[in-house]
Amino acid sequence: MTNTLHRYSDHYAREPGDEARPVTDDFIVFAMATKGVNDDDLVRKYRSFLEIALRHDPVNVGDATHGGWLRPQKDLTPLNHWKREHRPDPDAVLRGIDGPTTVAAVFDTFEKMRAFVEDLAKADLGVSINIAAPMDAAHRCCREAGITRHSVEYSVGFKGRVEKLPDARTLELSTMCGHGMVSASFARKMQDWVKENRRTPAEAAAYLARFCSCGVFNTKRAERLLEESRAGSVAAGERSRRDGG
Amino acid sequence: MRIDPKKCVACANCVPVCPMGAIAVSPALQRAVVDTDACVECFTCYRGMSKEHMNPTFVRAVRRLAKLARFRFDPEPDVCPTDAITPEELVWPRIVRRAFSDPQVPHESTGIHGRGTAEVKTNDVTGRVKAGEAGFVIEFGRPGVGTRFRDVERMTTALAALPVAFEPMNPVTTLMSDVQRGTIRPDILGEKVLSVIVEIKVPLDRVPAVLACVRDVSRKLDTVVAVGVSTRCDPEGAEPLRAMLEREGLPAYRGKTNLGLGRVTVTGAQVPAASGERHP
Repeated sequence: MTNTLHRYSDHYAREPGDEARPVTDDFIVFAMATKGVNDDDLVRKYRSFLEIALRHDPVNVGDATHGGWLRPQKDLTPLNHWKREHRPDPDAVLRGIDGPTTVAAVFDTFEKMRAFVEDLAKADLGVSINIAAPMDAAHRCCREAGITRHSVEYSVGFKGRVEKLPDARTLELSTMCGHGMVSASFARKMQDWVKENRRTPAEAAAYLARFCSCGVFNTKRAERLLEESRAGSVAAGERSRRDGG
Repeated sequence: MRIDPKKCVACANCVPVCPMGAIAVSPALQRAVVDTDACVECFTCYRGMSKEHMNPTFVRAVRRLAKLARFRFDPEPDVCPTDAITPEELVWPRIVRRAFSDPQVPHESTGIHGRGTAEVKTNDVTGRVKAGEAGFVIEFGRPGVGTRFRDVERMTTALAALPVAFEPMNPVTTLMSDVQRGTIRPDILGEKVLSVIVEIKVPLDRVPAVLACVRDVSRKLDTVVAVGVSTRCDPEGAEPLRAMLEREGLPAYRGKTNLGLGRVTVTGAQVPAASGERHP
């Protein structure tokens, strides 16, 4: 489940040393047990992980077998077209933990992630804990939390038929579900709907998040990207109008 | 996956949500149809879409009226209004598609959900990648392109010739007909899946050779390849891999960091000698 390794950002499109804007709103912490080694009392361990995470204001939590805190709704009525419920349901995630899986929490600031990691270290759950984030941020988090990191895994980007990949912003949105459940076409559609003012960035981000089957989709980063997409087009249009274009 | 023509109202909401672009509305049938060769059985449409359970005849009538008046529809974009998406029973070898595409199905070989790999995420208790070693996760088909095992085999046979050690607890390795040669069983070579992860391990000084091989073979494939490289940190938390990757001109901005907080908690658990130790 390399579901958090290859989240795209500009860093993977530039020459080495060429500065790209750092990603400062996307930090994932996840827990994974190993069968026969530390998978005893697993439901309690995973629920503890999530309960601690919820104290630190995450933007999403989830588990790999049931999904995140925004899930598809299986019994909608036509009224949903006017009054759709988009509130996250962390209790559903907690209740849903029933055995082997991985659990994850996503944060939109470094400080929240660090505070969560500090609490996790104190809780000593015994399962493996990983950070998926910019490597420097993860290293700094470990240092500040008094943890010596054990192993590292670097994403070194895409090879092969890269011309088959979508544009950068769409890729940044769709790779936030590393399992590939958020399609590029749907990410493009949501960008268009926001530009057309048919949905707000928050609503569009919620639609996208429902397809992520493990809860690592970062709705805050998605909102920012969708808003930037719209704002860029609107600003350019207004500038053209002002200049008589 | 199929779309039940008795229920489908051709709203087309399922068309953009398919990661493989395998769904389209047939003008002749006035129903959505699935290209079964392109479909990887990822269940994104079936599981990811919310559902209403409306009467198809009623919905079609309303849609016809609205279309006559050229009303602009603004429905919820992630809803199948008539619950028309229907899974089919999968048999070998097609069942392989779902195993490698639907992340909520655990792999039989490893018991792990997603792509079925543990990589260095549990390295603090498994000791899989040791000091002085590099682990590679070479992923085919993601994001959003898909791959056939034929392409995967082109890479695994090239890697086997280097040589490398294929991770035994990996779903692709368990489907190899000859691990020494990196060949994959022939009856699945034509199957298309959302993504496949090959895991290998080499001494750290072999990292440039593996990267060169991956770069070279990737150019000949009909898919994208995403590469991750891992290693074990020293007791101070330092590691030599990043400098090595930067020397190769590769970005090393993002990744995973195993915090080393895992430990043995099951009484009598058997773990490799090199694993389990926690840094002071």
